[in-house]
Amino acid sequence: MNLPKTTMKPSIWTRLTQSKYFVYILVSPLFLILFAYVIYPLYKTFLQSVVGEAGLSTESYRNFFSLESTANLEALFNSVFISIISVISCAIVGVTMAFLLQRYEFPGRKVLSVLVLVPMALPPLIGALSFTFLYGESGIFPRFFQSLLNTDEVPFALSGIWGVIVVHTFTMYTYFYLTASAAIKDLDPSIEEAATSLGASRFRIWRKIILPMLTPAMVASSLLVFMISMASYTAPLMFGVERTMTMQIYLSRTNGNLEMAATQSTILSIVSILFLIIMRLYQNRRNYQNQSKGISVHRTEVRSTFMKYLSMILSIIGTIILLLPILVIVLISFSVDGEWTVQIIPTAYTLQHYIDLFTDGDTWRPIWNSIKMSTVAVVGNIIFGVAAAYAMARLNFKGKTLMDTLIMIPWALPGTVVAVNLIAAFSEPTVFSFNQVLIGTFWILPLAYFVRQLPLVFRSTFASLMQMDKSVEEAARSLGANWCYSFRKIVLPITMSGVLAGTLLAFVQGLGEFVASILIYNVSTMPMSVAIFQKLYAFQFGTACAYGVLQVLLIVIVLLITQKLEGSMASNNMM
Amino acid sequence: MKSVKLDHVYKMFGNAKGVEDINLDIQSGEFFTFLGPSGCGKTTTLRMIAGFYFPTRGKIYFDQQDVTTLQPNKRNIGMVFQNYALFPHMTVFENIAFGLQVRKRSNAAIKEKVNNVQKLVHLDGYGSRKITELSGGQQQRVALARALVIEPDILLLDEPLSNLDAKLREETRVEIKRLQVELGITTIYVTHDQHEAMAMSDRIVVMNKGKVQQIGTPQEIYNAPANTFVASFIGESNILQGVIKEINGNVVIVDLGEGVQLRGNKNNCGPNVQFTIGETVNLSIRPEMIVEGDGSNAISGEVQLVEFSGIMIKYLVKAGKNKINVMFVNKGINILERGEKITVHIPENGIYFLGKEW
Ligand SMILES: Nc1ncnc2c1ncn2[C@@H]1O[C@H](COP(=O)(O)OP(=O)(O)OP(=O)(O)O)[C@@H](O)[C@H]1O
Ligand SMILES: [Mg+2]
Repeated sequence: MNLPKTTMKPSIWTRLTQSKYFVYILVSPLFLILFAYVIYPLYKTFLQSVVGEAGLSTESYRNFFSLESTANLEALFNSVFISIISVISCAIVGVTMAFLLQRYEFPGRKVLSVLVLVPMALPPLIGALSFTFLYGESGIFPRFFQSLLNTDEVPFALSGIWGVIVVHTFTMYTYFYLTASAAIKDLDPSIEEAATSLGASRFRIWRKIILPMLTPAMVASSLLVFMISMASYTAPLMFGVERTMTMQIYLSRTNGNLEMAATQSTILSIVSILFLIIMRLYQNRRNYQNQSKGISVHRTEVRSTFMKYLSMILSIIGTIILLLPILVIVLISFSVDGEWTVQIIPTAYTLQHYIDLFTDGDTWRPIWNSIKMSTVAVVGNIIFGVAAAYAMARLNFKGKTLMDTLIMIPWALPGTVVAVNLIAAFSEPTVFSFNQVLIGTFWILPLAYFVRQLPLVFRSTFASLMQMDKSVEEAARSLGANWCYSFRKIVLPITMSGVLAGTLLAFVQGLGEFVASILIYNVSTMPMSVAIFQKLYAFQFGTACAYGVLQVLLIVIVLLITQKLEGSMASNNMM
Repeated sequence: MKSVKLDHVYKMFGNAKGVEDINLDIQSGEFFTFLGPSGCGKTTTLRMIAGFYFPTRGKIYFDQQDVTTLQPNKRNIGMVFQNYALFPHMTVFENIAFGLQVRKRSNAAIKEKVNNVQKLVHLDGYGSRKITELSGGQQQRVALARALVIEPDILLLDEPLSNLDAKLREETRVEIKRLQVELGITTIYVTHDQHEAMAMSDRIVVMNKGKVQQIGTPQEIYNAPANTFVASFIGESNILQGVIKEINGNVVIVDLGEGVQLRGNKNNCGPNVQFTIGETVNLSIRPEMIVEGDGSNAISGEVQLVEFSGIMIKYLVKAGKNKINVMFVNKGINILERGEKITVHIPENGIYFLGKEW
């Protein structure tokens, strides 16, 4: 063969795109966004906490830890105390439920194993609200027993720190339940059988085999529940526990003590990020399960008649406890506003609140606001999430761990802190806000939602990208498709269910967002959750609960669709 | 159809070597196979030809055009992936039509071409099937049709048969060869299965550890292996070491020790063989070249292993320190048992001299 004659001179563009560093140009917008809306606001809050009138000082930190006024230390202590107790009680409830439902067969098991996930359908505000309606000082049960026993005072009532802990247990045990169930399903029954055949007693098997195998799942959920409890704001608010970290931040802000609010936020941020890091490190190390596949757990059937009846009764009680929060919200949503005062349950009922939701301008506006703001946030989440997921899954660059961590940080930060950070960053014009003041405008709430939901679309898209075979994309390229075409026609359709699942989840979270909203909304941008809160204070329980029912309905719909999508995702990737 | 030329191509992965100094001249219309053990760099080389990797050093040409850093979508290649890489969200028709849609062909033309190629791979009537509703062999044919329909200049196949069961492999192998001959398309085929390579290829490149070992037709590679690696990787071979005792014109006598001497022909040798009296030399003897009974180059020993496979009888014969595999066609002869004595002899043309490793 002759020596090749034509040699193509690569253009500047080709040379650029083939450079080893071109990938950094591609990922730089992602890092810019993370810097602008995650790092910079954190940094501004930190700055606010250390820069006083007289320049740099650690005064507010000294105040925080000072023993003269112990409000802050007390709040820190309370937050930690609540979180620890919440972890313990969630673990007990969650793991017990997981074992009963995975390992035993009893009447009512099927129903219970669906209902056990009900708390996931409750937005935090609605969960806390329903508990005050049911078990609070003027709640249905305390009043019922008061009239039954004919006493002057209610015989019992949920309040204060213990109220908060009960609500936490109810809303967060599902984290333990889900991981423990998964771990139990993964436990290979033959391991237990092997231990039995080696002569181990039941008790020994539990202590030496089952518990150690569950440890990774338990540690992961404990960290998670601890983090969420530390960040919890609604439950303390509803039960009037002012001495918790999040409440203190809220109070400092509303009292105008910005420096102290910044200090409290920074300290809480450090705790949260620390927990995030521990969680990630831990996740990278754990791994026992899944050694053998295809063996389903065997369920022990409850046999004796006595145990059968007992388990049936317990199932019914469990069902009632799980359903009551939703039932009470539905019940009150039909009650006439202002009529329910000292009676056990509301006496007058109406359909008016539901009609108002969609016809009365003032009632409809918060719904419309929430829809608008959540949509804007979700559009941002989709663009960022899909791009970041693609970069993480397909491109080769240094700084992947950094990117992953930066995306997870806003999720670990309490909503209150996210709001405080955004206020610190965007109450003055910055490059990142195109030289506008965002506080007080429409845009600050969608931005807050965008930041809080940063990981959602990213995670689900990343998961479906990882399941998709890389060579499918290469096949498209070899057939002549350029990158854009193959992304549009191949990558997006195949990963669509993942993108959609994350998007829907982000959308309903935006619709229900309360914690950050309460700090940064204004009258014209008031979202649904803040409206619920305000209606409560105006004793318009009916309207408040009608909003709540709407939120729960939306969440249930989204959960159902997501489950469907995940099913189709699995079958799509069978090959 | 285009020819493909690789000119001193290297690929490094960071500091790890992928392939080294690959030089290939693949003729237009040729069926050319990359053969070698796992990890030897076959896929890496193929992906450089496809454009999914760019060489660290060296050039790649299609005909006279330098395509070293051309994007894969600009190369007009058809590629069949090991796992087929079909688009799971599309039907059979949509999968096959994809490349034509990219090329903006009219709907009518697309329909006609897809129909034709579906016939070619015996998938007519399957157009509206989902990919998940196809068997492995059918998926394989969709992948092939999808690659062929764009009338590629070069067809690249990366172990296309490895996911099929034995029977289907055989069928599909014949099918691929038939299509290639019919269409006359330049084809580069990757496999680690030597039978596949021998049966299908015009020429084969044998690779090991990222380097080319030998390029040649199946006969050349089998009958005249370039080195010990090729001799033992392709087919079976007894590799024996001996010392050159005597050179008489073309006749070379090698001493294997323990009184065994073999006579070979000087011309029956690989490249780089030095014939110097007193030097060691490697001999390659194919088991099927060995004949039962006494004769010149006779060796006597004891049967250590017997393997009966129907057509063939294989013995492992221990003769002093040497162990030799021999193979006889089963013509109803009675089969020896372990421990029995046997005498065999090696015809002169069954002794092949191997060069030093390079
Ligand atoms: N992306 C990569 N990064 C680092 N090393 C790689 C990469 N791709 C291949 N290699 C290495 O290059 C060498 C050749 O790999 P290649 O995939 O070409 O082998 P192969 O001959 O196709 O093997 P197989 O028959 O197993 O497919 C191997 O040692 C492999 O580990
Ligand atoms: Mg390979």
